[in-house]
Amino acid sequence: MVSDVHKKIKAAFEAFDYETNNTVDVREIGTIIYSLGCFPSQTDLHDFIAEVEEDHTGYIHLDKFLPAMAKILLEHKYPPIPEDILLQAFEVLDKEKKGYLEPEELANYMTQEGELFTQEEMDEMLTALADHEKDLIYYKDILSQLTIDPEL
Amino acid sequence: MGKSKVQLKKCDRVCISVPAATAIRAALLIQRWYRQYVARLEMRRRCTWNIFQSIEYAGEQDQIKLYNFFGFLMDHFTPASSERNLICHIFRKNEICRDIDWERYFCYRSIEVPDSYTGPHLTFPMTFCGVSKLVEAFKHKQQLHARYVLQLLGETWRLLRILPNINQVSACHTKEITICGDLHGHLEDLLLIFYKNGLPSSDKPYVFNGDYVDRGKNSLEILLILFGFLLVYPNDVHLNRGNHEDHIVNLRYGFTKEVLGKYRVHGKKILKLLQKIFSWLPLATVIDQKVLIVHGGISDTTDLDTIGRVDRHKYVSALKAPKHHAVNGSTTQTMNRNREANLPEEGRRRVYSMNHCSSASAYRYNLQHRSLHSQSISSHLNCSVEEELKMRRRMAGFDQSYRKLSQSDSDSDPESGETTETDEHQWKQIVDMLWSDPMAQNGCVPNEVRGGGCYWGPDVTEEVLGRHNLQLLIRSHECKQEGYEFCHNRRVLTIFSASNYYEVGSNRGAYIRMGSDLVPHFIQYQASRTCMELTLRQSVGWTERSALRALREQLFVHKSDLISAFQEFDPHNTGKISLRNWASATEKVLNLGLPWRVLRPQLVNRTQYGMVDYQQWIRELSITEPKLEVSDNSILETMYKNHSNLETIFRIIDTDHSGLISFEEFHQTWKLLSTHLKMEISDKAIADLAQSIDFNKDGSIDINEFMEAFRLVDLSAHS
Repeated sequence: MVSDVHKKIKAAFEAFDYETNNTVDVREIGTIIYSLGCFPSQTDLHDFIAEVEEDHTGYIHLDKFLPAMAKILLEHKYPPIPEDILLQAFEVLDKEKKGYLEPEELANYMTQEGELFTQEEMDEMLTALADHEKDLIYYKDILSQLTIDPEL
Repeated sequence: MGKSKVQLKKCDRVCISVPAATAIRAALLIQRWYRQYVARLEMRRRCTWNIFQSIEYAGEQDQIKLYNFFGFLMDHFTPASSERNLICHIFRKNEICRDIDWERYFCYRSIEVPDSYTGPHLTFPMTFCGVSKLVEAFKHKQQLHARYVLQLLGETWRLLRILPNINQVSACHTKEITICGDLHGHLEDLLLIFYKNGLPSSDKPYVFNGDYVDRGKNSLEILLILFGFLLVYPNDVHLNRGNHEDHIVNLRYGFTKEVLGKYRVHGKKILKLLQKIFSWLPLATVIDQKVLIVHGGISDTTDLDTIGRVDRHKYVSALKAPKHHAVNGSTTQTMNRNREANLPEEGRRRVYSMNHCSSASAYRYNLQHRSLHSQSISSHLNCSVEEELKMRRRMAGFDQSYRKLSQSDSDSDPESGETTETDEHQWKQIVDMLWSDPMAQNGCVPNEVRGGGCYWGPDVTEEVLGRHNLQLLIRSHECKQEGYEFCHNRRVLTIFSASNYYEVGSNRGAYIRMGSDLVPHFIQYQASRTCMELTLRQSVGWTERSALRALREQLFVHKSDLISAFQEFDPHNTGKISLRNWASATEKVLNLGLPWRVLRPQLVNRTQYGMVDYQQWIRELSITEPKLEVSDNSILETMYKNHSNLETIFRIIDTDHSGLISFEEFHQTWKLLSTHLKMEISDKAIADLAQSIDFNKDGSIDINEFMEAFRLVDLSAHS
């Protein structure tokens, strides 16, 4: 079981190990961790990086990453967000219970609350989630679409 | 956490306003979820990228191997050998030698432009209005008449002959220089650049960094536009040669086909003239003696003084060494350098040792020409290609230690001209400039992934730039997702201007604007309205499906080899192997250096307890078989696997560029291919194949039709 976990981690790590020397750029760590099915927050990521980064070189070595990541996976430390919880989160923001969110509504929350989105992230999210014709975010539909993506 | 959320919700139904804390928690959840979603997409995008890139480079390597094989045939076979005759014209220097004779050959004057012609009319000397008209015409999908094509190309040729090997440009205060990378026949990208940036002029100087042709379908239009601007603004438009400005490469990657398709009568002449033009394109551009712009890159031996002095037009194709390839053992050759160098074992670069070095290249550079010829040749005159090759290889085994070479035989070429070490050295410099790629590790090793040039490291960048007092190297040659990318401590900059190169949505293109401060500024774009409307997920999905299709094709054509490899892991013939063994067997056969474990879910959809039923999986690779009945299945597989090589050989053999070859030539092609691949293809199999294609009409076969009949179609594309 543990060795399977290790293999999975190594495979994900390798995809970003451009120099084939078992290191990855620290900026790719988030992508790697996410791709392994985890849902850390930005704070979680920063803490993790602080633990495993090689002394501010901007690189993370597999030797440190592997055990730390294995622990996370085995402990289910950053579990996925269940679809119903996510739905509730959207419903919370949808104060008037319209069944959809307007782009500005969502943008206000995303760029002003919590772990703020950059403008670029926001633009991308709107392009990805908004219904093209009506320019509204039908969150219920989106959730069912997006959560059946194949696992990597 | 869920519980408290539910309680809050109940509370929410009562109040209309949302408590701040709840909203924050909701926002946090959504942000966390979305970032994870984007990251997973990014992961898929990287894998897709790797797939396309590996297949692309493997194709290049494949072609170079084929080309080396021809070279070997040319060097070591008897003059009477018929196979040699087939391909010798690609190595033979042309019958007409003097430029003045060429000018007569390329003369456009006798070509009439009919009244029915609705395309643009050009007048010479070219003017800005004339070129703009040309751009407009191409925008409206018109075709320029062959007369004007030849005229424009003729003028270009004349101009290029007086340009130096290295363009020297100065960036003064008022003019910013625009630098573009690979265009590869993507006219829409060039038009987009002109739209965003303005047309070239004396106020708007441009540098184009090679690879104008191949792959895209408007290579010729791009050339005509660029040459047009060059003629009007010779001091402000600078063109560098790329590795695709090479008629041998064009045979495989589509440019030759494009020209012959668009100009059925005069295509051959146009191609010939382009061959000369390509050889006369400058090799590099330097801005303010500080910024070096070359298509591929550098190597540890790069020396701009040497490059400045070469007769660049001697190197019609960078793939072909100068005459008399037999060489002093002491000079190093591109293919065999640094055998002892520490090559990393695997990884993105896949710089693996050339273990199939029984290939032609080894012989090419290590054999002593004369000693072979001292053997009694006459008795071998009637040998088949295979037999002769076997004999040569046997002899080569004894002669490997032979290093010193005397005067080489000039039987392979009518001309004299001795081998000089300088020639080889110069040739290598040019190949390196056009074919090399940067790598992260220090050092300089042969680029065995592509098959030409080398991989150079940050230390080489520092050394070469330092030696020449340069501050930045701008190059192209590699597709980049964002259109540009820095490496080697921002001392090397890759710029790539063909957007959607692998597939719609695969990458952006970019160009550079640079002022006198020599700081590069980037403008990115993505041509094609369709892809701009795609969401991130859709564009990744689309590109991914395309990459997977290409990958499944590769898997399909290697069916037999894959099954053999799988069976090695299945000694008890259970029909199943573990996923880990599946991954290593697949890599062993395909040699693409891909992360198979990560790709596995996209390629193998049924596993049980971590085991793959490989026979079933192979059967399920839903690629269509052609409708033609062929008795020998292995010939089919060879056909698929060597699709591009076959087409290349066909086009080489088709000396008059008619698109048709005779049955005899068809037969010879297969014989050649089988020798190159070191496999047996019986005469009967070839005859059967020919039979299944209707030769009755005129005894000749249309190359395009033949290749179309065997095009692989991925059935899953329709599911």
